Amino acid sequence: MSILIQPDTKILVQGITGDFGGRHAKLSLDYGTRVAGGVTPGKGGQFFEHKEHKVPIFNSVHEAVAATGATVSVVFVPPPFAADAILEGVDAGLDLVVAITEGIPVRDMVRVKRAIAGRQTRLIGPNCPGVVTPGSGPQSHGGCRIGIAPGYIHQKGHVGVVSRSGTLTYEAVYQLTSKNIGQSTCVGIGGDPVNGTSHLDVIRMFNDDPDTHGIILIGEIGGNAEVEAARWIKANVSKPVAGFIAGATAPAGRRMGHAGAIVGGAEDTAAAKIAVFRECGIEVAATPSDMADALLRAAKAKGVTLT
Amino acid sequence: MNIHEYQAKALFETFGVPVPKGVAAKAASDFDTALAQLPEGPTMVKSQIHAGGRGKGTFTDGFKGGVKFCKTKADAKEIAGRMLNNTLVTIQTGPAGRKVQTVYFTVASDIKKEYYLAILLDRATSRPVIVASTEGGVEIEKVAHETPEKIFKVFVDPAYGLADFQVRQLIAGLGFAGAEAKGAAKLIRNLYTMFWETDASMVEINPLITTPTGEVLALDAKVSFDSNALYRHPEITALRDLNEEDPKEIEASKFSLSYIALDGNIACLVNGAGLAMSTMDIIKHFGGSPANFLDVGGGATKDQVVAAFKIILGDANVKGIFVNIFGGIMDCNVIATGIIEAVREVGLKLPLVVRLEGNNVTAGKATLASSGLPIVSGDTMADAARKIVQLVA
Repeated sequence: MSILIQPDTKILVQGITGDFGGRHAKLSLDYGTRVAGGVTPGKGGQFFEHKEHKVPIFNSVHEAVAATGATVSVVFVPPPFAADAILEGVDAGLDLVVAITEGIPVRDMVRVKRAIAGRQTRLIGPNCPGVVTPGSGPQSHGGCRIGIAPGYIHQKGHVGVVSRSGTLTYEAVYQLTSKNIGQSTCVGIGGDPVNGTSHLDVIRMFNDDPDTHGIILIGEIGGNAEVEAARWIKANVSKPVAGFIAGATAPAGRRMGHAGAIVGGAEDTAAAKIAVFRECGIEVAATPSDMADALLRAAKAKGVTLT
Repeated sequence: MNIHEYQAKALFETFGVPVPKGVAAKAASDFDTALAQLPEGPTMVKSQIHAGGRGKGTFTDGFKGGVKFCKTKADAKEIAGRMLNNTLVTIQTGPAGRKVQTVYFTVASDIKKEYYLAILLDRATSRPVIVASTEGGVEIEKVAHETPEKIFKVFVDPAYGLADFQVRQLIAGLGFAGAEAKGAAKLIRNLYTMFWETDASMVEINPLITTPTGEVLALDAKVSFDSNALYRHPEITALRDLNEEDPKEIEASKFSLSYIALDGNIACLVNGAGLAMSTMDIIKHFGGSPANFLDVGGGATKDQVVAAFKIILGDANVKGIFVNIFGGIMDCNVIATGIIEAVREVGLKLPLVVRLEGNNVTAGKATLASSGLPIVSGDTMADAARKIVQLVA
């Protein structure tokens, strides 16, 4: 098993006719992901063609869901229209909406988050790399790739990875695969201050997933989501967990690329978060090159096999 | 995006948040016209820079205080002359300080009591939070730490907006009554409207004051906006002051590069914000000191890499460069070619360590190795970081 998505999950791509959405829809098709449809208002009835694939395009998410039975969508819609695209996916009753779009105004996300509270749809992102559940083919082909992560670096297995950052997730995944340690699911929750799914939400899912044997938690400066997750891990998780926090050298008050990566007070610095990780029994990676090794240390200490 | 106090106060007035009467001037020749708009009597002169701690700051010529009280308008004119085009150093500017290019004259209000009021995003609840305190005119972090019971917060439901009962909670917490309560309630409601409608990321009034005549006024104003929302606020975008920004950061933004200057000597060029932050961290971990944060984004082009090298080399402190790219989707060979072209174009003399990983990495590394340029290759982030730290030491 895995969390959130399975290799046979059918997905929709909102914004499939844009450059960005189209490019990644092709890469997902190449990976073996079931891209069931695209959504672009005004282009319904057309097709998105790639090699042997002919993906139908719909005017609305509702029509696409009715015609294809897709349960998940990925949003590549430009920032001014992204909030609306997310709400449309939620209104259509999808299980999961993954918003890749970077640069959505915070006020839009504050409203979206309030509007979708209590709805059945889970939102991941925005400003995130997406979610990958590796497949069992060569270079993890046949998995479900939602978003912009490189699929081929993955390997099917038992480690769950959760992170705000795309490239740091790839770094962790690459280290794991190089050591022949596969992943159950890798989730990028995004670098914005207001997002749909927190570190803790994903940690809970990994904890409940019998196929996930170990977890890598990657965080950064700003906010207290990593601390909240760490405290819950201490109380509830017996699986080995390794952690890394980026931004130890970031000066206070400067936003480091991600809209959410900014040190505001004494509690959201890297040092403060790392101290909490240690206190909560999370094996801390000293550098990003140490993430997979840190998990191996944590697994060894608990007598858990990751391969 | 940050704006100046005088701009923030003009915006306050538009939204019905009362401020002491004030006028800004950008040249000494404008001082008389500006001061003529204010009544005779006690006047404040305030240096306009995008940094806090102005009152306790010192100018590079030794003149003390970026915010001054003057008994008369004549004194104010003289003091303004000392501030304009002078460089002010505060705890937030760094040792280089900021050149004062605008001064702001305001009526010096009589203060009965000082308070604190701010609106910002609460990340834990994903809602706007209004923070108020009876302790104004001091550092709010200190109040929060020492006397947390003197800070009041209300979280605003974005579906309903600021409710009247929440305004009453704040008024009661701050201890206002009578005319002051009425004035403060109106001010809080109007300030929230401004925060919401302008896509502000933070509005802070420290101090908010009451006067002996029962007025409630914003004596200072610090406002910043969500850069992602500027596209729908051309009137706010127009307030941007490029003089307050690092020229290298402005140049970087033209190429969609995210660059922040730091004070070390190892420059970094990285793809992805998280990886860029950790690249700075790993340099420090191995005993070096990063010169910058630089994220070239997910789909770096050759032009971006060349622009990035030029910006990095514009920093005279830089003694070496660390390029760290995880080309998940991007072709590492294309990146390697871009790096070589950039190195040739800028005639690089400094040590350069490149760590490439990902798609088509073997070809990429071969391209770097056969270039004939003195580029050092690193296998992992740790290996590359160790190498650049040694080369620069």
